[in-house]
Amino acid sequence: MNFTAPDLLPAIGEMFTIGMICVVMLAYLFFDKQNRGITYFLTQVTLLGAAVIAISLYGHPTEITFDGSFILDSEALLLKIFILLSSVFVLMYSRPYIRDNEIAHGEFYLLILFSALGMQVLVSAYSFITLYLGLEVFSLPLYAMIALRHNRPVCQEAAMKYFIMGAIASGFLLYGMSLVYGACQSLNIQEIVSMMSLSVESQPMMLTVGLVFIAAGALFKLGVAPFHMWVPDVYEGAPNAMTLFISTAPKLAGFALLLRLLVEAMPALFPQWQYLLIAVAVLSMAVGNIIAIAQDNIKRMLAYSSIANMGYMLLGLIAGTPRGYGSATFYIITYVIMSLGAFGIITILSRKGFELEKIDDFKGLNSRNPWLALMMLLIMFSMAGVPPSVGFFAKVGVLESLVRADIVWLPALALVFAIIGAYYYLRVVKVMYFDEPIEKTPVILESFDAQLAISINGLAVFFLGLFPTTMIELCQKAFLA
Amino acid sequence: MFTDVPLLSLIIWVPIIGGIICMFAGDDRKATRARCIALLTAFINLLLCVPLYLGFDKSTSNMQFIENIDWIAKFGVHYQLGVDGISVLMVILSTITTFLVVIASWRPIKKNVAQYMAAFLIMQGMMVGVFESLDAILFYVFWEGMLIPMYLCIGMWGGARRTYASIKFFLYTFLGSALMLIAILYLRTKTTDFNILSFYSVQLTMTEQVYIFIAFLLAFAVKIPMWPVHTWLPDAHTEAPAGGSVVLAALMLKMGIYGILRFSMPITPDASQHLAGLMIVLSLIAIVYIAVVAVGQTDMKRLIAYSSVAHMGFTTLACFVIYKIVAKTGDLHDAYLTLEGGMVQMLSHAFSTGAMFLGVGVLYERLHSREINAFGGVAHKMPLFAALFMLFALANVGLPGTSGFVGEFLIILGSFKASYVITLFAATTLVLSATYTLWMYKRVFFGKVMTQGVEDMHDLEMPEYTVLFILAFLVIFIGVYPNALLSVFHTSIGHLLELSTTSKL
Repeated sequence: MNFTAPDLLPAIGEMFTIGMICVVMLAYLFFDKQNRGITYFLTQVTLLGAAVIAISLYGHPTEITFDGSFILDSEALLLKIFILLSSVFVLMYSRPYIRDNEIAHGEFYLLILFSALGMQVLVSAYSFITLYLGLEVFSLPLYAMIALRHNRPVCQEAAMKYFIMGAIASGFLLYGMSLVYGACQSLNIQEIVSMMSLSVESQPMMLTVGLVFIAAGALFKLGVAPFHMWVPDVYEGAPNAMTLFISTAPKLAGFALLLRLLVEAMPALFPQWQYLLIAVAVLSMAVGNIIAIAQDNIKRMLAYSSIANMGYMLLGLIAGTPRGYGSATFYIITYVIMSLGAFGIITILSRKGFELEKIDDFKGLNSRNPWLALMMLLIMFSMAGVPPSVGFFAKVGVLESLVRADIVWLPALALVFAIIGAYYYLRVVKVMYFDEPIEKTPVILESFDAQLAISINGLAVFFLGLFPTTMIELCQKAFLA
Repeated sequence: MFTDVPLLSLIIWVPIIGGIICMFAGDDRKATRARCIALLTAFINLLLCVPLYLGFDKSTSNMQFIENIDWIAKFGVHYQLGVDGISVLMVILSTITTFLVVIASWRPIKKNVAQYMAAFLIMQGMMVGVFESLDAILFYVFWEGMLIPMYLCIGMWGGARRTYASIKFFLYTFLGSALMLIAILYLRTKTTDFNILSFYSVQLTMTEQVYIFIAFLLAFAVKIPMWPVHTWLPDAHTEAPAGGSVVLAALMLKMGIYGILRFSMPITPDASQHLAGLMIVLSLIAIVYIAVVAVGQTDMKRLIAYSSVAHMGFTTLACFVIYKIVAKTGDLHDAYLTLEGGMVQMLSHAFSTGAMFLGVGVLYERLHSREINAFGGVAHKMPLFAALFMLFALANVGLPGTSGFVGEFLIILGSFKASYVITLFAATTLVLSATYTLWMYKRVFFGKVMTQGVEDMHDLEMPEYTVLFILAFLVIFIGVYPNALLSVFHTSIGHLLELSTTSKL
C-alpha cells in the first residue's frame, strides 16, 4: 500500500485553530495574571484568523483529502465562516457577563475554541468517522461550559441533562451508522453514495432502520421535535452567555451534520427521509410555536422558538432540490444571526447578581434604552417573519422551494404556525414598548464590545432584509457546483 | 420632463429616511424638533406629488414613471415601481393624509413624540410602496412591513385597551396575508418573475382560479374589512390615537380594495365572476347589518368605525356587482359607471371618515372621553367646530354636494341594472347612515350644556382648524367637481374592466 502525503491545504483552518489553542492555553497560564485582556484578545484573533482563512479559501475548487474523509467545498466554507463569526460575536457579548459573574474566563474561551474546532471539523467531514469525531469535539466542551458556574445547582442540572441527552443522541447516530456500514461496507460518504444505489434493492430494511437512527441522532442535536425535550431545559438552566453560544454556532454544525448524512450520503433514500422530515418538521413547528405562547421565561420561549425555526429550516430539505438546500442554508444562517442578537441582548442586560430570565424583565426597555429596544424589536419581527427583515426572506425562500417542488399544502400549514408564532414575538415587543418600566433607571452599556456587537447584529437583520441578494446567492451557489 | 428623476422611489424613501432621522431627534425635551422634522418631511413629500400629478398622462392606462432594478435576481424579484390612474390617486391621497396627520398630532401627542412621528412617516412610505409596487414580492413586503409601525402606534399611544387591540390588529391582518403569499409563490411558478402585470396573462383553470381568489380574498377582506372578518377594526380604531385612526380609515382600508382591483379581479376573472354572488351578499350584509350595529354604539370612535365597514361594503359591492351587470346587459357601459362610483366612494370615504376621526380626536383632547353621553351642547361652546363637523357628518351620509353623494349615487344607479333586490338593500344605507350619523351629531352637539367639562371647552386652535378646513375643502370640491378624480382614473378603470371581464378559460 502506497502512502501518499495528504494535501493539507483544505484543513489549514483547523490546523491554525489547534495551533492557536495551544498558544491561548499557554498565554492563559503565564500571562493572564498581569493582563486579563490577553486571553480574550488571543481567542478573538484565533477565531477571526480562522474566519479569514475560510474566506480566503472561498472559491477554491472542491477538494477531498485525508483518504476521502475530509472535504473542502463552498458549503463547508460558508458554514465555517458563520460558525466562526458567530463565535466572535458570542465572545463580544459575553465578555462583561463573564467578568461580572466571576466565571473562569480562560476556561470559557478555551472551551469555545475547542468547540469551534470541532464544528469546523464536522462541517468539513466526509466520512462517518470524521463526522463523529467533529461531533464529539464540539459537543463535549459545551457540556463542560454549562457547568462552569459551579455555584448554581440549576446550571449543574442543565449540564447533566445536556450531557446525557447528547450521549443518547450520539448512541443513536453511531448505531445508525453501523447499520449503514453493514449495508454499504464503507464509512466514506463518497463510497456510500455509490454503494447505496445497489444495496437499496438488496437491503432495504437495514438501510431504512439505519436511516431512522441516523436521522434521530442528528435531529436530536438540532433540537427538533420529538427530540426537543432537552432544549428548553438546557437553555433555561445554562448561564446566559452559554445559552447564547449553544443557541447559535452548534445549530450550524447540526445543520451540516444533517446535510452530509441525509442529503449527501443518502440521496437514494430521499423518499424515505422526505416523509420522515415532513412529519418531524410539522411536529416541530406545531410544538415550538404553540408551547412558546405559554412561556414566561424568555429563554424558554426562545428555546421553543428555536424548535419551531428548525422545523422551518427542514422545509427546505424536504423540497429535495438544490434550490431547497440553498434556502435551508440561508434559513439556518439567518436564524443564527437572529438568535445571536436575541440572546446577546439577554446576556448584556444581565448584570452581576441579576440573571435576566423573565419576559417581564424587558418591561419598558424603550424608555430605559431605546437603541437596545429597537434592536430587539428588529430581531423579534425578523423571527416572526415580518418584512422587511431578513427573517421574511428566509421563510419565503424555503416556502418558494416547496411550492416549486409541487408541495403546496405544507407551506400553507407552515404559515399558519408562523402566525401563531407571531403572537409571542409580539409579546416581547409589547412588553418593551407598551409597558411601564419597573425600574426607571436608564440602562447604560459600559462595554464597548457589546454595544458594537448588538448594533452590528441588529442592523444586519434589517439591512440583510433590504438587500438579501448577496447572501441568498452565496447560499444557493454552494449547492449548484 | 421628469423622467430621469426616480420620483416614485423618492415618494417612498423620503418619508422613511425622514422618519429614521426623526427617531433620533431626541427625547421629549426636544419634541418640537421632532415635530418640525416630521412636518418638513411630510411637506417635501407633498411637493413631490406635484410633478407626479402634472407629469401623469391621463390618456393611457399603461404604467407610468416606471422604475425597474434587480433586487433578488435569484428569485426573480425586482424593485419595480409604476403608477396608473388608480394608484396615482392613492399615492397622492396617502401623502395628503400623512401631512394632515402630522399637523393634527402637533399638540395631542406629548409622549415619545419623536417615535410617534417616525412611526407615521415610515408607515407613509410603506403605504405609498404598496400602491406603487409592480412586483408582487415588493408589494407583499410593503403590505406586511406596514403592520409594524401601526402595531406600535396603536400599542404605544392608544387608549386603555390598546394592548389587546394592537395584538388583535396585528394577528388578524397577518393571518389574512399569509395565504396571499402562497398564492403569489404559486403564480410565480407559472411565469418568469414576480411582475404583477405578467400575472395578468397567466392561464389558469377554474379550480386554480378559485383557490387563488380565496387566498387573495382573505388578505384583502381582512384589510377592507368585509363582514365577517371585520371585528378587529372597531377595536383598533377605538383604541388607536386619532392620527392612527385616520391612517387606518383613510389609507389602510383602501389597500384592501386596491388589492382586489390590482390582483383579484384581473388575475382571476372567472373566479371573480363565479363568486360574485357571494361577494355581493357579503357586501350587502356589511351595508345593512353593520349599519344597524353602528346605530347602537355609545362610543363615537366605535360608531365611526362601524360606519367605515358599512361604507367599504359599498365599495366591494361596486367591485363585484359589475359582473352581474355585464351578465345582464352584455355591455360594459354601466359596469364602468359603477366601478368608477366605487373608486370615488373609496376616496371620499377617506376624507369624510378621516375628518370625523380627527373631530373625535379634538373632542377627546378636551374632555378625555369618547362616550357620546359625556357630551351634549358642544355646539354652544365650539360653534366653528360644530359647523365643520356637520359638513363631514353630511358627507358621511351622502348629501348631494358633498363627496359622499357621488360615489353612492353612481353605485346605486349601476346596481339597478343588475337587480332591483341589490339596489333595495344597498339603498337602505341612505336611511341607516343618516340615522346613526345625525343621531350621534344631535346627542353630542345639540341640546343644553349638561356638564362642567363641556362648559370649559374652547373652540378650535390653529393646527386643528387648518387640518379641518383643508379636509372640508376637499370634501366639497370632490362633491361639486368629481371629474377631477374621474378624469384621472377613467382610462385605467376601462383597462381594468376589460381585463376583469375577459375569461381566462
